[in-house]
Formats: sequence, C-alpha cells, structure tokens
Amino acid sequence: MYERGARRWLTLALFLGPSLIGLALFLVGPIVASLALAFTSWDLLTPPRWVGARNFVRLADDPEFWTALRHTLQFLAGYLPLVMTTGLLVAVALNGRIVGRAFFRAVYFLPVVASWVAVALVWKWLLNPAFGLVNFLLAQVGVAGPAWLFDPTWAMFSVVLTSVWKDTGFVMVVLLAGLQGIPREYYEASAIDGAGPAQQLRFVTVPLLMPALFFALSISLINSFQVFDQVYVMTGGGPAGATTVLVERIVRQAFSFSRMGYAAAMSWVLFVLIFVVTIAFSRAQKRFA
Amino acid sequence: MKLVRTFLALALVAGLAFAQTVDYFSFTTDQAHVDELEALIEVFEAQNPGITIEYTTAPFGDYFTRLQTDFAAGSPPDVFELNFENLATFASRGVLAPLDDLLGTDGRDVFYPAALDAFAYDGTQYALPITFSTVVLFYNQDLFDAAGVAYPTDAWTWDDVMAAAEAINDPANRVWGIYQPVQFWEFYKVAQAAGGGLQVAPTIAIDTPENLAALEYLVGKIEAGVMPTDAELSGVANEDLFANGQLGMLVSGIWMFDRFAQSSFDWDIAVEPGGARQATHFFSNAAAIAASSPEREAAWKWVEFLAASPEVAAARIESAWELPALSLDNADALAPYLARPQPANREAVFASLAFAVNPPVVDRQPELQDIVNQELEAARLGSKTPAQALADAQRRVEALLAD
Repeated sequence: MYERGARRWLTLALFLGPSLIGLALFLVGPIVASLALAFTSWDLLTPPRWVGARNFVRLADDPEFWTALRHTLQFLAGYLPLVMTTGLLVAVALNGRIVGRAFFRAVYFLPVVASWVAVALVWKWLLNPAFGLVNFLLAQVGVAGPAWLFDPTWAMFSVVLTSVWKDTGFVMVVLLAGLQGIPREYYEASAIDGAGPAQQLRFVTVPLLMPALFFALSISLINSFQVFDQVYVMTGGGPAGATTVLVERIVRQAFSFSRMGYAAAMSWVLFVLIFVVTIAFSRAQKRFA
Repeated sequence: MKLVRTFLALALVAGLAFAQTVDYFSFTTDQAHVDELEALIEVFEAQNPGITIEYTTAPFGDYFTRLQTDFAAGSPPDVFELNFENLATFASRGVLAPLDDLLGTDGRDVFYPAALDAFAYDGTQYALPITFSTVVLFYNQDLFDAAGVAYPTDAWTWDDVMAAAEAINDPANRVWGIYQPVQFWEFYKVAQAAGGGLQVAPTIAIDTPENLAALEYLVGKIEAGVMPTDAELSGVANEDLFANGQLGMLVSGIWMFDRFAQSSFDWDIAVEPGGARQATHFFSNAAAIAASSPEREAAWKWVEFLAASPEVAAARIESAWELPALSLDNADALAPYLARPQPANREAVFASLAFAVNPPVVDRQPELQDIVNQELEAARLGSKTPAQALADAQRRVEALLAD
C-alpha cells in the first residue's frame, strides 16, 4: 500500500535522510567546494585567494604533471592487458569442473578484499632485493633478480605486478558471472563442428563474454587512472620520481606542499580525463558488444 | 540543599574563569620522550597553579599537514613545535605571535645565540629554541683496530675518510667502510664543505663546480663500493647497520648516542671531516605561539619553561637525545652531559658548533626539498650522473622560484 502526499514524502525523507545527509556533507559538498577551490590559491594558513584560471594554465606547462600523467599511462599500459588476461584465464579454468573449485575461487578473490596497505607491505617484503622471497627463488634457478622497487627501471613494473596479483580476483569474478550465462549447447555444437578448446575460447567464449569483459575493463581502466594506494605505500613516488602518478601528485601538492587550489585543479583535470575516456569507451562498447 | 548546589555551580564557574588551558602540539612521538614530556608538564603545572597543559603529538611526516589544517580550521594549538626550515612559511603568513616584548633583551642572553637567531624572521623573534643537535662522524673502534687504521681526528679530511673506508670495507661479509646519506640535508652541508653551497638567493647557484665536487664525493663512496647501495641496504636503516657493527663510519646525529650505547662494540665520535673547509649541521627545534591564541600569557610561560628552565635542561641532558639550546657559558648545566662515558669524545658535539651552517630556506621549502631530493636520489641510484642531476636541480629550482 502506498501512502500519499506529505506523509509519503516524510516517510521517504526519514528513510533516505541519514544517508543523503552523509552524502551531501562528505561527498557532494567537498566535490563542489573543490571545484571552487580550483580557481583559488590556498595555503591553509591564509584565506583562499581568487586567481581565476591560473592554476589550469600553470598545469599545462608543469613538467611534473606531464611526467605523472606519463607514468599513469605506463601503469595503465602494463596493468590493463595483464590483469584482463590473468583474470580471463583464471575464470575459464575455474569455470570448468575441477577439484576444489570453490576453494580456488575463494583463494583468488581473497586479495581483492584484502587492504591495499597490507598487500603492498607484504609485496614490499617479497620483492626486497636482499632478503625477499622472489629474488631468493630466482637465485635458485640461477637468475640474479633485479632490485625491483629500488631500481627506477623496475619500480613501475613491480607496482604493476602487485596490482595484477591483487585485482585478478576481481576480473575473475566478473567474468565467471559472464561465463555462467553462456549456454552449454554452444560448446557442444562447436565441439561437434570440430572446435578445440582454443577455438572455443576464441569463437564462443570471448564474443559472448563481451558485456562482462567490457564491464571489467572499464572498471579496471578507471581504477588505473586513479592508481594511488600501492604507489604511496610501496614507493612513495620513487625511486628518483620513477613512479609519480597523478593521484600521488595531487596528494603531495595538497598535503606536502600546501597548495590546495593547485591540487584541486589537478583533481578536476583528472576527473575530466576519466570522464572523457569512459564516455569514449562506452561508445565503443555499443559498437562491439 | 539548594544553597549547596548554587555554591557548587558558582565555584565551578569561578574555577573555569581562572583555570587556563594551553594546547601544545609536538612532533616528538616516541614513548621515552612522551614520558619525559609528561613529567615536565607535571613540574610546570606544579609551578604554575591554574595553568593546564594539554599536549598532542603527531609523527614528523604528518605534523605540518596537521598543524596547517588546524590553522585552516581556525583552531590552532596555543603552542607548537617548529623547525628552522618551516619558520619562514609560518612567520611570513603572520600566524605567529611576536615574542620580542615578552623575551626582553636580558632574556636573550641565556640562549645559544645562533639557535635564537635562527628563529627570528625579518628582525622579529617568533619562536624560542627548545633543543639543538648536531651531526658528527661516528666510528666503530673495533673495525678500525681490526683494519689497523688510526682513529679519526679533528684534522681529518675527506681523503682520510675514503682511505679508512677502503681499508675497513668488506662487502662480502656485509661490512662497509662508511654510510653518509645522499639527501637534501647532507647535501647542503657537504656543498658548503666543498666551498660551495645550495644557494637560492639572491641568485640560484646549484649547478656549480664546487657543488659538483660535493656530490661526486657523496656518490663516489657508492661507486668505490665502500658504501652500500640502496639495493644492498634493502630497506635496512643505516643506523641499524652501524648498531650491528656492519659500518666502519656513519655520519649521523647526536640523538643516536643512547641507541648506540647498547652496541656490543666500542665506538666514538669526531667532528665531521671537511673538504675545502669544514661544515657541520646545526639542527634546532623551537616552540612558537599562535597569533590568535587567547592564552598568550600562559602560553608564554610554557614556552619559556620549555626553552630555558633548569628542569627542562636537566631532563634533556639526562635523556641524552637532544640538548637544551642554552648559552655555552652555562657550563654547570652541561657538565653532566660531558661526564657521561660513551662516546668519550663528547667535546666534539660542541666543537662542531664552530663550523655550523644553515640550510637554504625559501617560502616553498617542501617543494625545494622534494626537487633536490629527487635529483640527489637519481645520482645516488646512478640513473643520472652528478653533473646531470645538478643541472636538472638548477633548472627545476629556477622554475619553482620564478613562479
């Protein structure tokens, strides 16, 4: 039974109020405020000063910003294909009838729910050049491992590796759900037509999995633009600035350099960037899936 | 009954009117020193009835963010710790209470002059130094004896350091000759010791031949293999390496005395050897009062107590961490410090002061340090040559300060 008029609105307000107030105070409010702040210079000690578009102009020829953007794209270029591939392989493997399927599904999903700080700290130890397990194992097969996080050329790859390890479970779960939706008959029919497992993956699984693939891909894409926790804990942007990424720079500008206006401008540029890429991506999805 | 209640209410109101609470914010967070602070607060409150000190602490890495956020929120602490590099940022924004009238001219005499002057900005005193420390050359006497090398003296130069480091060095057994950090604080000092300096005003002179010699000295120890690389350290703190007996020499602060006193080997200190000249650190922390503090009078009493009271001086000497920033004429206060057995050459702490140099300070200090640290790190890791790193630092600092 539906209530009518004012009573109905009151009921709605009572139920939605608590979460809406929280949302307005701690999310919408700060977002609107940050847009206003982006046009000011504010060092926290003196009141904000209106500077018009100067922060955005300065951003355009700030080499630090372009370096951070380049590093973010490097992360994306390494992370996206790897996490999608591992996620797909694990999902296909765990979709079949294998012993301990539920156990393995839980194990692969475990890193997804683990805290990034804990995961990053553990991997920092695993990748430790002198005392870490990874280089110890490499040494057993006669390979001298790199210095990982201590080497500017390997640091970003180490961050990518850790991120892929943590997020494979997320992609796996999304794709598993997609796989469950593919009717068995298609596999039987293609088998009768002589398709092997590889051909089935290429011509049955992947095309029918497109919606799930696009979903996992777009979430991973947005996440990689916002890569931060793992960088902050594992490298702090180092060594020698080799892993500075956009969100890390925003945090640094705001909370190390006290340039709140500039940091706000940077975060809005990041927002527009993600927005445009996501729109373009969903256009592409309509065409392909 | 009603009368009693009214009386109690009145007493409460009167009590609130007279009781003053001073909020104190400090970046000293380890337990031993928090315990010391609590004991000092008790002494202060006993001496100053009616004043209550409420302290909070934050680790150094978060401290200035928290402090600035408190200012932005309009509720700064009444009294808070500051260091030399950050004084200008706060003083130039007019958020610190000037202290000249409260201090008077006589009040100045009790302090170590360089420490007091470090906390003046544009001719106005904005904070009182509460501690100072210096950096010296620590050396492991057992390793020196084993290698048959004579102990460092005040006459040592960088060449002697390198020769000793090479004699002691044994990386196969994870023993290295020396560790000297390659970062902003070491560099501005070593640059001056090389006859240069990290000059940011009136012109920016970072990429100079003298500074190149300084950076080559710092990085050269890694290239010569007498100092562990980042990968060899693998996250182990250099102080731990020294405490484990794995370093012949270490350039570090006098705040490590207590820590190293537990080592199983003999060690001592010397004034840090120089290149073209000698240069040493002079670090000082100070206490300042917020300009907006409603409790300025009580706040001043607390600042004065922290900086110059005999109780605090005695406690700092007892804990052997940092020293009170008092005039060296005050020999009685320092006698117990010099009398402690290890390290034997404690005079070096004070002898160092003769060569003390200051870091460059600009309005945008954190960014300056970040840029210089990134370039020094690139040189340390070998991804840039020292010449490249200095050229890049010069270019980036010019862009920063032109802004």
